[in-house]
Amino acid sequence: MNKSSSLLRRRKLIQIAIFGLFRLSAAINGIALLVVVYFLVARGWRAINWTFLTQPPREAMTEGGILPCIVGTLCLSLGAILVALPIGVASAIYLNEYARPGRLLRAIRIGINNLAGVPSVVFGLFGLAFFVVWLKMGVSILAGSLTLGVLTLPVIIGASEEALRSVPDTYREASLGLGATKWQTIYKVVLPAALPGILTGAILGVSRAAGETAPIMFTAAVFYTPSLPTSVFDEIMALPYHIYVLATAGTEIEATRHLQYGTALVLIVLVFGLNLIAIIYRARLQRRM
Amino acid sequence: MKKNRQTGKGRQRRERAISFFFFSVALTSITILTLIVVFLFWEGLPIFSKVSVYDFLFGQYWYPTDDPPDFGIFPLIVASLAVTAMSAVISIPLGVMTALYLAESASARLREWIKPIVELLAALPSVVIGFFGMVIVAPFLQEILDIPTGLNLFNASLMLAFMSVPTICSISEDAIYSVPLELKEASLALGATQWETIARVILPASLSGISTAIILGMSRAIGETMVVLMIAGGAAQLPSSIFDPVRPMPASIAAEMAEAPFRSDHYYALFATGVVLFAFTLLFNLISEHISNKYRQVGAATL
Repeated sequence: MNKSSSLLRRRKLIQIAIFGLFRLSAAINGIALLVVVYFLVARGWRAINWTFLTQPPREAMTEGGILPCIVGTLCLSLGAILVALPIGVASAIYLNEYARPGRLLRAIRIGINNLAGVPSVVFGLFGLAFFVVWLKMGVSILAGSLTLGVLTLPVIIGASEEALRSVPDTYREASLGLGATKWQTIYKVVLPAALPGILTGAILGVSRAAGETAPIMFTAAVFYTPSLPTSVFDEIMALPYHIYVLATAGTEIEATRHLQYGTALVLIVLVFGLNLIAIIYRARLQRRM
Repeated sequence: MKKNRQTGKGRQRRERAISFFFFSVALTSITILTLIVVFLFWEGLPIFSKVSVYDFLFGQYWYPTDDPPDFGIFPLIVASLAVTAMSAVISIPLGVMTALYLAESASARLREWIKPIVELLAALPSVVIGFFGMVIVAPFLQEILDIPTGLNLFNASLMLAFMSVPTICSISEDAIYSVPLELKEASLALGATQWETIARVILPASLSGISTAIILGMSRAIGETMVVLMIAGGAAQLPSSIFDPVRPMPASIAAEMAEAPFRSDHYYALFATGVVLFAFTLLFNLISEHISNKYRQVGAATL
């Protein structure tokens, strides 16, 4: 009797120890995030003021602001979503509403999964070879947006598919039962119901595109342009590339440290802001369903 | 009546056209994937008129700008595999244990806090992690370990690990959730503790999903560019210790593409390196695809 109860206690102790380890791993994630954010905020906030956000760089990028980078990143990520959203939603509609299980569907899925796994620098090479050189777009907003659009496509497809899947079949049956065609059902019933979920996916897509560096290095971004872009064929500056350039290739790496922290802070405020909107919005949706 | 039938036919034709339209759009992903392969090879193959495939893959020296140049990417491949393996050593336990915590032991309220944290970690732009590793972690490592440079294999692996943890964690969590409740209840009813249930029932039942998660996490690590570009140190040499600077494939491509003259041998060699990198991630993805299809848990009967 005594022996078995001590065995039970040992088993319980092991469980407590192991669950402690689990908790520790979860905590490490939180700590890592906090540490990164802490250093960026603590060292970056001083750099951020009105001039920093509204002026172009001056004195060989050691003074002034990052306005062209902010504008550039907005152009690129909005351009990317303009490319990815229609194609992504249409692909998801096919996959969820039209496709029948079979070899073709599997091939399409494998294509999407593998596209999601392509390294970002390979997207950059592809953008360079295809958009910049072969389609003769040059290093431009257009080439960069298309490259980023291709990269965010799997994100949009995944999110849209999930949104479509969460629309109850009873909606479809009710509409079809009233004599609507399949397309009318999708257009008038399924899409409106799935729209919030699709929008959440679109926001996450924009945030992903805004933070990418490697795909725009060869396709859109440059060290420095004196003016804001006037057409989609202009090359531009972008926040992530600006951080990279200032931190590694500038002549005054130490002297511009505060600008680097400031730029990084602006970038994560942008990216985290978009993500938090998506997370909160999604939590509300889930509560409603 | 007659009119009605005609519109009925018209409607059908329109429906078929719409269905075909969505089908053609859905082919975009495969088309792009094909284009990526075609253009990588198109711009990469010409290097093999100068260097044999064997010398390219297993050549020990990467001096693309010397005269005569050396195009051996073996040190770059080894560096990529080394940072990936080292980051996996950190990210696998961390990611899987966090997933187990979220799925099995956290309270609902804590879950609501930790899930967004993991998602935000996934959303951190790679250039920000690279910057952080460069200006905060590198000097710190250099000081406490008394090594010549903090920009090395270890630092890069550490930062890469934090980029692949969210991938590993969220896919593993899904896998753990998909284990049928009956299995868990049966084990608990037999008197097993929660941990014993996890170790003997839940982990074996979700093993295929967790393997998929791990492989996709490693695929993300090997393809990640900015982190290795900014923190790995950049020396194209075979590492002899984990604190040596290295130059993984993505770093080499990103750093040198801007300087390589258009359609020079160097340019071709960088595209060929891209082909090798792409092949690695494709391999990882196909393996994970295979595992998740072949060993899919169906109901409670297949454990």
